[in-house]
Amino acid sequence: MEILGRVSIDWLGKKFWLLAFSALLLTGGIAGYLTLGGLAYGIDFTGGTIVKVKFAQAPNLDLLREALKSGSTTPPLIQRYDHPAKNTVQVRMQTVIGTEQGMETGRHKLLVMLREAFDPEHVESSRVDFNNAGLDALRKYLLGADPDNLGAQNKTTREIEDYYQNLAQWMLDFRNKDCEGLVASLDDLKKAPGISGAAIASLKKDYYAGPFAIKGHDSVGAVVGLDLRRRATLAVGLSFLGMLVYLGFRFKPIFGIAAVVAVIHDLLITLGLFSITQKEISLTVIAALLTLVGYSVNDTIVVFDRIRENLRIMRKEPFSQVVNLSINQTLSRTIMTSGMTFISVLALFLFGGEVLNGFSFALTVGIIVSTYSSIAIASPMVDWWYRAMDQRSRRRTA
Amino acid sequence: MQKNLRWKLILIFTFMAICVYYFVSPQEKGAALLSRLNLGLDLRGGIHLVLRVVTDDALNQELLQDADKISQELKSKTITFASSKKGTGYSVEITGIDPDREKEARAYLETAYSRKYSLRSMIVDGKTNYSLRLLGPYIRDMRESTVRQALETIRRRVDALGVSEPTLQIYGSSEQEVQDQIIVELPGIDDPDRVKSLIENTAQLELCLVKKDQGGPFSSIESALQALGGRLPDEYEILPYREDRGDQSQLEYLVVSKTPVITGKDLKTARRTTDSNGSPAVGFFLTADGAKLFSRATERHVGERLAIVLDNVVSSAPVINERIGAEGIISGRFTIQQAEDLSLLLRSGALPASLHVLEERNVGASLGNDSIRSGIFASVIGFGLVVVCMVIYYRRSGLNAIWCLIGNLIILLGFMGAVGATLTLPGIAGIILTIGMAVDANILIFERIREELRGGKTVRAAIDTGFNKVFWTIFDTNLTTLIAAAFLFQFGTGPIRGFAVTITVGLLANMFTAIYVSHRLFEMVLGNRRVEILSI
Repeated sequence: MEILGRVSIDWLGKKFWLLAFSALLLTGGIAGYLTLGGLAYGIDFTGGTIVKVKFAQAPNLDLLREALKSGSTTPPLIQRYDHPAKNTVQVRMQTVIGTEQGMETGRHKLLVMLREAFDPEHVESSRVDFNNAGLDALRKYLLGADPDNLGAQNKTTREIEDYYQNLAQWMLDFRNKDCEGLVASLDDLKKAPGISGAAIASLKKDYYAGPFAIKGHDSVGAVVGLDLRRRATLAVGLSFLGMLVYLGFRFKPIFGIAAVVAVIHDLLITLGLFSITQKEISLTVIAALLTLVGYSVNDTIVVFDRIRENLRIMRKEPFSQVVNLSINQTLSRTIMTSGMTFISVLALFLFGGEVLNGFSFALTVGIIVSTYSSIAIASPMVDWWYRAMDQRSRRRTA
Repeated sequence: MQKNLRWKLILIFTFMAICVYYFVSPQEKGAALLSRLNLGLDLRGGIHLVLRVVTDDALNQELLQDADKISQELKSKTITFASSKKGTGYSVEITGIDPDREKEARAYLETAYSRKYSLRSMIVDGKTNYSLRLLGPYIRDMRESTVRQALETIRRRVDALGVSEPTLQIYGSSEQEVQDQIIVELPGIDDPDRVKSLIENTAQLELCLVKKDQGGPFSSIESALQALGGRLPDEYEILPYREDRGDQSQLEYLVVSKTPVITGKDLKTARRTTDSNGSPAVGFFLTADGAKLFSRATERHVGERLAIVLDNVVSSAPVINERIGAEGIISGRFTIQQAEDLSLLLRSGALPASLHVLEERNVGASLGNDSIRSGIFASVIGFGLVVVCMVIYYRRSGLNAIWCLIGNLIILLGFMGAVGATLTLPGIAGIILTIGMAVDANILIFERIREELRGGKTVRAAIDTGFNKVFWTIFDTNLTTLIAAAFLFQFGTGPIRGFAVTITVGLLANMFTAIYVSHRLFEMVLGNRRVEILSI
């Protein structure tokens, strides 16, 4: 099958349209940046706390905001996390919970705040919330209670310890894997393999299934954020330099410059989209942007490589014609590979889960833009340079 | 030619088999198919901490000690002086030295401290003042060794907790003169608060004598000062103390000697035990030297109170009834867990400086599980779509590309299993991206072969030229991506590095499969026959 046979499009003839289109996208991005308050940096860069909580029922968001207000200098920002049916939210707070010395440790403080709002009857209770319990505590509890009455049987201490270690592990595995971190009732444990009714009955004496579970939490100090921002800029800057040197060495300096200009174009448009959509810039997004640097240059090189090859055969033809031909010859490949990479990144964007959302968004956008920029930015730039050089040498001979 | 090809194919196949061996463990079957791959924290759940070692603590400690030592030494030489104190900016200030003995004092200070300090003297009101300033290289060394010591202490504590596969690493911000951060990654920990407090706790144990008369307890610092006549003697300090009196305990203060009888360094071991009332306590055993010091001091001070000071808080202050030898008990208001944790801390030694938590990340096991599930699902979908598109577009040659892609993934996973690299969620993203980018090389080659065929070359010639001409293109394109990945590795930690690693290995494997393996596959299909039409 072939999508494109032989094509002969005069790309350079349309370069002003292409440049105008790029300019439009860039202006849109800059306008978005200016009007919407810049990029939405994640806590990796600004410092702060993010907590992910799963609730048994759809949570009352006002109550949640109120509960966590004391932990944040700015109003807590609540976002839905994952599929709505999972009743999971992500709350972002500007204050760093638990990283100052001598403060209450982070997760514990969050638990207390949430419990006061959503589980008030257990705030003072001595019963333990199974949904937020840890393995070590559960193992010790079971070992002490000995619900399966192993003490009476002829077993070594080691065997008994191992038995309850496994039992605690199974219970938590069931909670974490089958129930996604939250059991509605302790009776649900009956569905888990290997757990006896006696064990559950014993557990019920001192444990209960709370209405929420903290699935994870991140606290980043502001110092770290500042440092990261500096390192990220440095990494992107240095990778530009790396490309410039490599391409200057393998091709000619102008090719390196054109490729880097195209990359900057791609990054600016991608970042523009990030500021328009106000998607969060996290560490993984920076990773995506750096990958994009590599990918964009990769795409440009294929065209450049063909220009270099054609220049050897077509010494008489004008440079623009060589460029046009090279773009057309590689067009089918360009569309195919970008298409394949796009497909796989799109799969990641659609199904890869919440954590990688920003990452795959950056790449999905970036792949389209960088394919476009190899044709619309990098190639015209090289052509322009060659024609300028040509004119100069002609003037000199004249 | 054909025989040659057979050997090449066998070689490729063996290589792939070795790679498979490295990520599929032969012992464990079924569920643990990818059992040799290390899952990162974001997939397994656990805790990630970035701690800054407050190295100034250790420096200040050193300055205080030196000031103290100098003061004692000058006293023993009967040289009169006004004071010897820690000054500002890493210095020790000695003031008011008797001018007649100035030479002697200078000689002593120079021989004992010139390696560590730069000396400067000043004459004020006819007396000599000395300012000893810590030397830059010494400060640097001291900071570095403090960080290393802190790392070792944390390692001992983590080991004592029984965490499997912990990662501990010294790390630096670009600003600081020394790398003073420590990254702690503990996979599988689901009780982060306890672990964090165990790591952060400095656990400085000091056993100090309480001042014999007017030692307290007092209800406030002010009343303590009042009882002492408004001025605290130099050798004493006031420390908070919470005595155990059932429910009605309140914060009190004790006047305690600054120089401890023994410290945590003199401990041989510690374990949880119970005190005379049957409540949880920590029993400790001293080293031979420590026991000697301790028994001598307790013998001399029978009837006085001994304060057991933990991180500058008195946890108990029993009266010395008789000479105590090599072991003792710390009682306080401990739960069983606290007593157990404290004995663990004492066993593993004190931190040389306090720690600031700069970053804390907890990933619950259920969150990690969600990530694995969606990561695998996205990979399968991405792979499936690429397979379908390649086969539709390039027909049987598309299949060739798919074999290369599978080979690529096998090498990637095999490498990760062999070197014990950690698979993180961004790492999975890297694999998905590799799937997309890996076919790039195949597409470049196929498109070139098509062009050559269109130009009228025979199938065999078209394939050979296709592969040869495209080699440098593939080399250049992959190399630029590798350059970007190298900077990414340099920039990131943990998960990001996982991504950089999968991308790098994926691309290298790609060069091998797309250029070498794919070419051999074409040769194998063509065989010795004359082929007129290529399915491409």
